[in-house]
Amino acid sequence: MRSTTRAGIAATIAITALALTGCSGSSSGSSGPVELTYWGWAPNMEKVVDSWNESHPDIHVTYVKTDAGEPAVTKFLTAIQAGNGAPDLMQAEYQKIPTLLASDAIIDISDKVADDTKSKFSDGVWSSVTLGTDGVYAIPQDSGPMMFYYREDIFDQMGLSVPTTWDEYAQVAKTVHDSDPTKYLGTFSSIDPGQFAGLTQQAGASWWSSDDGAWSVDIDSDPVKKVADYWGGLVESGVIDNKPQYTPEWNAALNDGSQIGWVSSVWAPGVLAGNAPDTAGKWRMAPLPQWDASAPATGNWGGSALAVSSQSKNVDAAVEFSTWLNTSKDAVDQLVSVSGLYPADTVESADALKTPFEFFSNQPDFYETAAEIADTVQPFTYGPNVNVAYSAFNDEFGKAAESKSAAQFAAAVEQMQKVTLADLEDSGFTTK
Amino acid sequence: MAATLVSARTRPSRAITVSPRERSSFFSTAVLLIGALYCLLPIVWVLFASTKDGGELFTTNTFVPSTHLWDNIVELTQYRGGLYWRWMLNTALYAGVGALLSTVVSSLAGFALAKYEFKGKATVFTVLLAGVLVPGVILAIPQYFLLAQIGLTNTYWAVLLPQIVSPYGIYLARIYTSASVPTDVIEAARTDGAGDFRIFWRIAIPMMSPALVTIFLFQFVGIWNNFMLPYIMLGNDSLYPITVGLNGLLNQGSSVPALYSLVVTGALLSIIPLVALFLVLQRFWKVDLGAGAVKA
Repeated sequence: MRSTTRAGIAATIAITALALTGCSGSSSGSSGPVELTYWGWAPNMEKVVDSWNESHPDIHVTYVKTDAGEPAVTKFLTAIQAGNGAPDLMQAEYQKIPTLLASDAIIDISDKVADDTKSKFSDGVWSSVTLGTDGVYAIPQDSGPMMFYYREDIFDQMGLSVPTTWDEYAQVAKTVHDSDPTKYLGTFSSIDPGQFAGLTQQAGASWWSSDDGAWSVDIDSDPVKKVADYWGGLVESGVIDNKPQYTPEWNAALNDGSQIGWVSSVWAPGVLAGNAPDTAGKWRMAPLPQWDASAPATGNWGGSALAVSSQSKNVDAAVEFSTWLNTSKDAVDQLVSVSGLYPADTVESADALKTPFEFFSNQPDFYETAAEIADTVQPFTYGPNVNVAYSAFNDEFGKAAESKSAAQFAAAVEQMQKVTLADLEDSGFTTK
Repeated sequence: MAATLVSARTRPSRAITVSPRERSSFFSTAVLLIGALYCLLPIVWVLFASTKDGGELFTTNTFVPSTHLWDNIVELTQYRGGLYWRWMLNTALYAGVGALLSTVVSSLAGFALAKYEFKGKATVFTVLLAGVLVPGVILAIPQYFLLAQIGLTNTYWAVLLPQIVSPYGIYLARIYTSASVPTDVIEAARTDGAGDFRIFWRIAIPMMSPALVTIFLFQFVGIWNNFMLPYIMLGNDSLYPITVGLNGLLNQGSSVPALYSLVVTGALLSIIPLVALFLVLQRFWKVDLGAGAVKA
């Protein structure tokens, strides 16, 4: 009895050890194809990568799905610091590129990228991977031009017209909330700095700028103050909500029709389909309300690029794969149909973006409108400490939204400027 | 009832001694009930919430069940080709193998510390005690850097290796061995010609079994619920345990909706193996009372 137990334990350990070595030993073997690892979080990207692996036996890519955004970047930077364990290719949101570059985590691939790559992207998108220099630090994958979404059925019912300027948006917000106090046209979310940055981008702001290696922080510029005052005024008067987005309450409000509008981005249909499944076919998309109706503009919220890590030993292969994934017709089609992304490549994506997302079947010209809006994205420069500015946003605007005071919104902008500039100086960057 | 009334009327002094005892038992029952409610309410919430679909989850009454439990399980199973069940297997591997190896190491080390005399024994034990006081979370980052040097991060080993040595397990095994494995028995066995390992396997281990079950369960539950270590060590979501995997479903970035109903259903399913394990292993704890080989 006892000896069988012992043999059983020994066998279990041996089998486990075999299983473990089988799983961890896949990256070894020098004679086979070039092995690349790719960290990202876009949905179903593994299927797109599979189709590369089938048609390219000499370069084998292993896709590793990580958590989205900040956690992935933290993990990536930790692996870079540890000197081992970072992937060859890393999905990086546009605002993270300066941070990754400042940590020497990603490399300049300008001498490997084909000359026509640049022509596939809009100037605004391309500038966010070159950071306005001669270098190229990533190849753009998807973008997130901002748009306005509203409940068409409720707008009709209440006799509202779609706001085309921010003044009209404020009036509609007031009409909505006055006639039904449970309803709001929108909310000011103090946990989404990317959204606020995009709104200020529309107004003409750029939070950072760099000149010969010297950084300036321009968060307290007039456009940012204008946007903060505007939303502070709406929150203070109570005509829009002050609760954060992406909470269970907010999901419920979208679903049951108490939030009847959303200032969002081109990827909103996916979020609405997931969070407000009962409202299929009831939403409609329009350009963002404008500050100056004669000069349509928008900002960017979300979107990412593919960077090559400084630990990669196969930079040529990594760039070859990245170029295929983000700029070949074959792959871009799949980015749309398989991953549900809005590709940054405007040339190759034209065909794929014909039929709208199922959730928006009531708006057949969704992507045509989206493409027109995407052309109006304003330039914006991210600095090397976006994380600091964003967490300052969360801290300061969290308090401001809670207090429902427009004066607090103005103070929050000043405080963000102070914190971000101080951090840049403390981190040893030249500032001016 | 009548008897109580009569006795209360005839012997008031007795009634005074009974009533505070009754009151205190009523009070402690109430406290225990509130405690039980406090612990069970979240589980009940999960139970109800897992029967709702995405639209109902935050709009219908919390304690009104719906009919979508099976749909949710099917959807969870279909999520990226059954990834959830892979997480379940990973968790079982981390917790099962980790707890088993940890129990083996703890019993060997605990036995040696309790029954052998060697140089530096006191130092080893003091270091061990210090180890009991350091929370595992603090060690996760140094462990990451150590494992990164030998290229083991983002593998199964990264989560398994750090959990094999458990200072608390060794401490428990040592204390229990000193108390319940008599040195006389070991010496008798040695006189009869048994080697060290034979004594350990055939004599000490059976006597230590209640402690070993305890160590195994502690480690199993600890690893099953561990979040920080795998979160730091792993980047590849096919290696994730359930805790990190479910967390990832809620943090998909702003452009992808958080999958609340999948997470709730996944959380419900993930506690079932733990409940089963406790029900199966709790009978070993009762052995505790009859433990020991010689009459005291």
